[in-house]
Amino acid sequence: MARAISTKAKVTNTAIAGTLGFLMFIPILWILILAFKTEEDAIRAPLEILFGSGWTTDSFGTVQARSDYFKHFSNSVIISVGSTFLGLLIAIPAAWSMAFVPSKHTKNVLMWMLSTKMLPPVGVLVPIYLVFRDFNLLDTRLGLTIVLMLINLPIIIWMLYTYFKEIPGEILEAARMDGASLRDEVIYVLTPMAIPGMASTVLLNIILAWNEAFWTINLTAANAAPLTAFIASYSSPEGLFYAKLSAASIMAIAPILIMGWFSLKQLVRGLTFGAVK
Amino acid sequence: MFIKRTLLSTAVSFGLVAGMTSAAMAEEITIATVNNADMIVMQELAPQWEQATGNTINWVVLEENVLRQRTTQDIATNGGSFDIMFIGAYEAPIWGANGWLTPLDDFADDPDYDLEDIFQLVRNGLSADGKLYAVPLYSETSFTFYRTDLFEAAGIEAPTGQPTYTEFAEMAAKLHDPDNSVYGTCQRGKAGWGENMAFVGTLANAFGARWFDMEWNPQLDSPEWNAAITYYVDLMTNYGPPGASGNGHNENRALFKDGKCATWVDATSAANDVRNPETSSVADVTDFFQAPKQETDKGTGWFWSWALAIPASSQKADTAKDFLKWATSKEYFEMVGETKGWVAVPSGTRASVHEDPRLLKAAPFAETIKNAIFSVDPADPTRDPVPYTGVQFVAIPEFQGIGNYVGQQVAAALAGQQSVEQALANSQQFAVREMTKAGYIK
Repeated sequence: MARAISTKAKVTNTAIAGTLGFLMFIPILWILILAFKTEEDAIRAPLEILFGSGWTTDSFGTVQARSDYFKHFSNSVIISVGSTFLGLLIAIPAAWSMAFVPSKHTKNVLMWMLSTKMLPPVGVLVPIYLVFRDFNLLDTRLGLTIVLMLINLPIIIWMLYTYFKEIPGEILEAARMDGASLRDEVIYVLTPMAIPGMASTVLLNIILAWNEAFWTINLTAANAAPLTAFIASYSSPEGLFYAKLSAASIMAIAPILIMGWFSLKQLVRGLTFGAVK
Repeated sequence: MFIKRTLLSTAVSFGLVAGMTSAAMAEEITIATVNNADMIVMQELAPQWEQATGNTINWVVLEENVLRQRTTQDIATNGGSFDIMFIGAYEAPIWGANGWLTPLDDFADDPDYDLEDIFQLVRNGLSADGKLYAVPLYSETSFTFYRTDLFEAAGIEAPTGQPTYTEFAEMAAKLHDPDNSVYGTCQRGKAGWGENMAFVGTLANAFGARWFDMEWNPQLDSPEWNAAITYYVDLMTNYGPPGASGNGHNENRALFKDGKCATWVDATSAANDVRNPETSSVADVTDFFQAPKQETDKGTGWFWSWALAIPASSQKADTAKDFLKWATSKEYFEMVGETKGWVAVPSGTRASVHEDPRLLKAAPFAETIKNAIFSVDPADPTRDPVPYTGVQFVAIPEFQGIGNYVGQQVAAALAGQQSVEQALANSQQFAVREMTKAGYIK
């Protein structure tokens, strides 16, 4: 039976959640405000910025005129989507085997995969840079797709493993008894049941790859640079740049924000899937 | 039939050769640069070079510190991602000596380019072992920005020569009016070898301090350093804006332009912006005098130059050289003057530019900048002899780490988190450890 929750508690909880949500949203809101100000207004005191200055879309125009937004945008899409789906190709079989035919080393393998996330990326920057140089992968979309896939692979496998664990093995057994091959079992039985989990895995990893700034800035120059490099090019230690930087940031995060907004339900459902049992 | 085929294949191969030649001539070069006003102007004008030569340019624009890390990593691993890099007076001699950059001495053979026209001092700063490794876009030193209206109101006569820091503090005391949000002086407080240590380094030089003695022993616990940092902390605590330890060049520039600072010792390259009525509220009431001296007048203004260099790993060095010549030629400066206004012309590199009447008319302070630059000698920056070159930095690879650490200690002393003695003791200890590790001292 569900617990009875009083109206007062509901109101309090909603207020707390609303306040916390707003606090987290403030930085984005502030970027949004600065993006529509002139450079001179953007460095004024916060209250003057809010109430004592006009609005303009000049920064967006300047940013688009100075750098090619769509090139960076398409690089971001190719790299984030590419790395996620490449990751899925490897992760689905890996998670399947660990969830349904575990060996005594499965737990260790999972921990080992997670441990690769504990290494500070800068520690392997020079070796990876040298490997990339020798394979002519520097400043290529293929190179970045591979690196981001490798970086996010542990997370993809872990997420899928958790979702697959929730699916009763008996259903797969039943499919097998009906004569389904391994391929049919994965494609027609397992995948449809795991779709909410896989959808949230895909979404989360696209977001992670989209926002990844260390490797994307360090391994690219002009051709494969995604939106993270686009934002970075508007930061400067000299001169006025806050409005343009904010406009560039808004242009860079808008697509992923909109995508996240539309898939919010799917994302929440996937992320909480299994947690309540 | 046979003849026909031969003719056809000959025509095709001619076509191929022609196509390949034109492809070989039109090259694509990649330039790594920072996002500052002068480089943005260069990006806007570069299509003219692209049209004239048929080559194309990819610009990679990064924040100064990210650029430094990114270019260092590429050049040290021979990555070859860039054909031209925008580097500073700190990197040029170190990287040149390492063999990471393409020497540009052959620029001297081109009479149109007129290498001799570039100030000798600037060329020296970008050379190693007598070889030129980078050509300058602009150079800067530091001088004092001051508000003529506030000086007049306080009854202070602006110094005509170089004042001492003691006199400077007296002026700041008279000008300080925090009730009306006007502070006696704004100086850099944000930690970093290129931030607070740029000003603090010249201040220390003025007080007779030096980073190392002739045997490379760190001197940060000397009485001179103590006097300089004590002066700095007192000055900023008494007459500076609140939260000064968080202010870097940008923050101070914004404060000064907003009319909040009576004095500010900083880069000459900010003068154009501060004196531009469109971007500054104090354009008409700002003037300049030399950065103060104290025990000595040596090394009291810093020296920095932003320059263009070609990594040795570039496969397109000839095209890159062609662009470098164009971007630092007399014609280029002329073009900037004509299209963007003479006040926007990068200063501190070419004698002919500084003699141009159009520049002197648009930016009368250009002469002050030139004189300030000429008063600096990176090869002889301190009262006592030193084994290094560089005014506000020491041109050795280890300096970045040491400078940043000392910068943090000084910023902590300014924020009141520790005493000046403690800050300098920590700094000395760190510098000794780093220099021992690097093998300079036993």
